[in-house]
Amino acid sequence: MTDIIPILPIMIPVLAGIILLAIGRTNIYLHRVIASLTALLMVIVSIVIVYYVAQYGIIVTHVGNWEAPFGVSLVVDMLAALLVLATSIVTFAVVVYSFQSIDAARERFFYYPMIMFMISGINGAFTTGDIFNMFVFFEVFLLASYVLITTGGTKIQLQEGFKYLLVNILSSNFFVLAVAYLYSAVGSLNMADIHNKLSAFDGDASIMSLIAVVMLFVFATKAGLFPFYFWLPGSYFAPPMPIMALFGALLTKVGVYAIARVYSLFFIDNVEFTHQMLMLLAVLTIVMGSIGAIAYSDMKKIVIYNILIAIGIIVAGISMMDEAGTVGATYYLINDIIIKAGLFLLVGFIIYRTGESDITKLGGLMKIHPVTGWMLLISAFGLAGVPPLPGFYGKLFIVTSLFDNGHAVSGIIVLLSSLVVLYSILRIFISVFWGESMDFTKLKPISYDKLLFSSFLMVIIMVAFGFGADALYPLFDSAAQSLYEPSSYSGYLLGVD
Amino acid sequence: MEILIIVLAGLLIGASVYLMLSKSLLRIILGTGILSHGILLMLLTMGGLKRGGIPVLDDSVQQYTDPLPQAMLLTVIVITFALTAYMLVVAIRVYRELGTDDVEQLKGVPREDD
Repeated sequence: MTDIIPILPIMIPVLAGIILLAIGRTNIYLHRVIASLTALLMVIVSIVIVYYVAQYGIIVTHVGNWEAPFGVSLVVDMLAALLVLATSIVTFAVVVYSFQSIDAARERFFYYPMIMFMISGINGAFTTGDIFNMFVFFEVFLLASYVLITTGGTKIQLQEGFKYLLVNILSSNFFVLAVAYLYSAVGSLNMADIHNKLSAFDGDASIMSLIAVVMLFVFATKAGLFPFYFWLPGSYFAPPMPIMALFGALLTKVGVYAIARVYSLFFIDNVEFTHQMLMLLAVLTIVMGSIGAIAYSDMKKIVIYNILIAIGIIVAGISMMDEAGTVGATYYLINDIIIKAGLFLLVGFIIYRTGESDITKLGGLMKIHPVTGWMLLISAFGLAGVPPLPGFYGKLFIVTSLFDNGHAVSGIIVLLSSLVVLYSILRIFISVFWGESMDFTKLKPISYDKLLFSSFLMVIIMVAFGFGADALYPLFDSAAQSLYEPSSYSGYLLGVD
Repeated sequence: MEILIIVLAGLLIGASVYLMLSKSLLRIILGTGILSHGILLMLLTMGGLKRGGIPVLDDSVQQYTDPLPQAMLLTVIVITFALTAYMLVVAIRVYRELGTDDVEQLKGVPREDD
């Protein structure tokens, strides 16, 4: 039973995607039903996985029964299980949201199968225990995302999609190079095995610092860390809103997960250099994201720059590699996946309803959509970290850890960035929902019950998560444990559990 | 032998950087192809180059080659093939829709005519 569990989050979406491809282009209705039911099934399966991991510890599956350091293993620890759960929830919300927001032409040209393939690649990248297999799963979800970013073929999508393709192909090539260096230095590809070999090695491992830099280049490009975020605001701006929500909530977080994994397992030798570098880049990312979030009056751009701030905060927590920092980073990572999706979906609703994304041209929507307005306000509080909401716990732990380790300036920058986040989202709230009423006859007569269902669902889950944060602490502590105490992750190879 | 191949990989990567810095879409795509060739040679070299060894681990075999870099190499070749094909398709669509293959003009928010 436990053997098959780690494979399910990868196989279910792949099978659904193949079935959807086989159905063909004629029956969109069937596409919608199968896609949403698959997403719901994935939510149930990932809750079962979280339960199993909480009950019995790390689940390991040796694919094809090849023994661990030689074959490819799928390793689900609590961090991976929680990320898979968050991914499934976001997928369900986005698929339901797409019913009323993606045009029929895109739906007919295999929009849902591509989402399914992308989710399968993302889940694979979270659950794999092999560094080369992680590269393969990166390629799986990147290929699907190349299709999603260009599907529809509008001018801006093609223009920005080509840049997105180029940047990601470049960084994927460097991923292969980093794996090659790593293999020649360590002689293994299994991540747990590499950790065991490196921690038992007492010679000069300074070559690992070089590999750390190459790996950071790769994953920083995927995650959008300074200075490799240059492609992100342009590319995420191009596709329609639900695709943007998926990308913004999930794709960058896979990069962050990969950074957390390799920096906790591989680069344990020269921490003063590698993790210091990571923290410096994280803080610079926060600063650049803050400047962008204040500078624009376009709602899409404001939310996109908020992604950068969140990435910076999470990576700052990871770079500390102590208990408080990593617990905070896992809290904020899960919180950010959920609330960023919610925020994108809410902003998307406003754009679809008004046909306008510039906040200076909108106003007074509170008279027509009061609940949406308050939901946007709650999500702004959640993102900034107002106490009962989960963003607060993440930031509290991260800032505590930064101050404890003597990085007071970075801690203060993280705290100030909360103000910027709050200001940037409140600016949307104030000028769109308050102020002088716009011409309400210009509103688009769309049906929007599913748009509101998905976006409210995400905000409600976020609030529930905030109130249950204390009860969920054991889960997050065991998730963070595989980061701050990596031997608990690699222990399965030594026969210790 | 290893040094020679590493120098060759460096030359290929240098050429690909030159191609990718040019303005034409087609040259950029060729550049990514050559870049992946350089990196694949690097990957192969990292496993150690041997003549006459077979990639089989068996008690009767005295000298064997590490099969893992070759397996990874094949995977990466397949992935690169798919990516290059897709990139060419996107490039054709870019040329038809935006009417240019000059990346210098691919900036800002293009106006939708239709």
